[in-house]
Amino acid sequence: MTDYTADEMMTVAAARQLRDGTACFVGIGLPSTAANLARATHAPNLVLIYESGCLGAKPDRLPLSIGDGVLADTADAVVSVPEVFNYWLQPGRIDVGFLGAAQLDRYGNINTTVIGGDYADPKVRLPGAGGAPEIAASCREVVVVVRQSLRTCTERVDFVTSVGFGSGPGDRERLGLRGGGPRTVITDLGVLEADPATCELTLTRLHPGVTVEQARAATGWPLAVSAELVTGEPPTAEELAVLRALEATKK
Amino acid sequence: MAKLVSLADGVAELVRDGDTVALEGFTHLIPFAAGHEIIRQQRRDLTLVRMTPDVIYDQLIGAGCARRLVFSWGGNPGVGSLHRFRDAVQNSWPVPLELEEHSHAGMANRYVAGASGLPFAVLRGYTGTDLPRHTTNIRPIECPFTGETLTAVPALRPDVTVVHAQRADRAGNVQMWGITGVQKEAVLAAHRSLVTVEEIVDELDPVPGQVVLPGWAVTAVARVPGGSHPSYTQGYSVRDNDFYVAWDEISRDRETFQDWIARHVLTTEVPA
Repeated sequence: MTDYTADEMMTVAAARQLRDGTACFVGIGLPSTAANLARATHAPNLVLIYESGCLGAKPDRLPLSIGDGVLADTADAVVSVPEVFNYWLQPGRIDVGFLGAAQLDRYGNINTTVIGGDYADPKVRLPGAGGAPEIAASCREVVVVVRQSLRTCTERVDFVTSVGFGSGPGDRERLGLRGGGPRTVITDLGVLEADPATCELTLTRLHPGVTVEQARAATGWPLAVSAELVTGEPPTAEELAVLRALEATKK
Repeated sequence: MAKLVSLADGVAELVRDGDTVALEGFTHLIPFAAGHEIIRQQRRDLTLVRMTPDVIYDQLIGAGCARRLVFSWGGNPGVGSLHRFRDAVQNSWPVPLELEEHSHAGMANRYVAGASGLPFAVLRGYTGTDLPRHTTNIRPIECPFTGETLTAVPALRPDVTVVHAQRADRAGNVQMWGITGVQKEAVLAAHRSLVTVEEIVDELDPVPGQVVLPGWAVTAVARVPGGSHPSYTQGYSVRDNDFYVAWDEISRDRETFQDWIARHVLTTEVPA
């Protein structure tokens, strides 16, 4: 068996979520790595959309930033930022939104704003919303990538930057959010999926070698476990080789 | 017709203490040299506006130029947090920093409303988030046609917008291309504008996908080659990713930061 890290497993599992021919709104960092891994393996016609205005970017190396020149050079079109949000995201033209999180709760609500309950006097000031609130609201579905720990997977997020399923079933509809919400969360331990009835994130897949106890111990709420829990496939040799070659382009 | 000025004169004339100032550029074409000139001229009490206050705003905030920040994402893209921004919010160093926080879609639409001469913009946004609880500049509005509840955000009208572009001609017509972010909207929304450019040419050659800001829509143009470094100017320079990574270390500590500013901004007139 090939050796790989938990982060590599997480990135590969995230890439496998992306179907060929769909349009994906990509954030920088792990989502961008996973999206480019998908494009270089099973999804050559994945359309990558970066909020800098690059539609259909086909970078041959991983960008450090969402506005790196390689994205503009290889894009089908480069448009203004108002156009990306108003014409492409808002009407629901994007299939998948790919988001990270500093905190995530059991209903898939995301915090990237402040840690600590007091907004004016936070324990840690984080970067903030960026494009995430409207990506979470408008994409047909949202995939969240987060390292699973008691710090990140919390009972309640300290600040709702981007709405998942709010406080449960019916909330997205009541709020007028048109996209399907965070159906899938990929972590370094496994995969959580929103239960269709309760909207609660439920453990459906463990990465090889991880136990339910480990996943529960890294979750700040009583983690629901699917009756159909499976263990996922480890990264293939090809996935690992392509991923490592991509990572090497970041130098 | 835009005036052709030196960077120092342009900043001296157009950027005043207490102003609302937007330095825009979405990763690409960030007007770093102009930001450094604002630090050198020791502007104070500025309301800094920018969708992505990244390293240049970290420098302006750490240098004590800002009183207030209107923004949607404050980080070092691909690298991590902004330590001077964080120190100002968490510890009021060097001065307290008041925040008005939005999403990208909200900020982009605020500029569009400003450029359009409208009092506000309407979008599907913010619903269910905690952002409206902390800024009164995000409000629900009922569609007069369908009755649907949408979100309104007020127009942004900076006193002055500063952007960097590839080139201008002698009449001050400005040409920019590549990732052009919200620069056009930010310039048209502002009362005054300063555009720094890589070069000034006799004739502007048309370029695919270019944005043109006519000289009569711009207040002043300054020739500042390399004025976007460590950001980049498509066709002229590439992004200095190493600097963005290095900034994390430079900015982490107050003293290291002050030393860097002293050496690379206060005592120099060339872009760092």
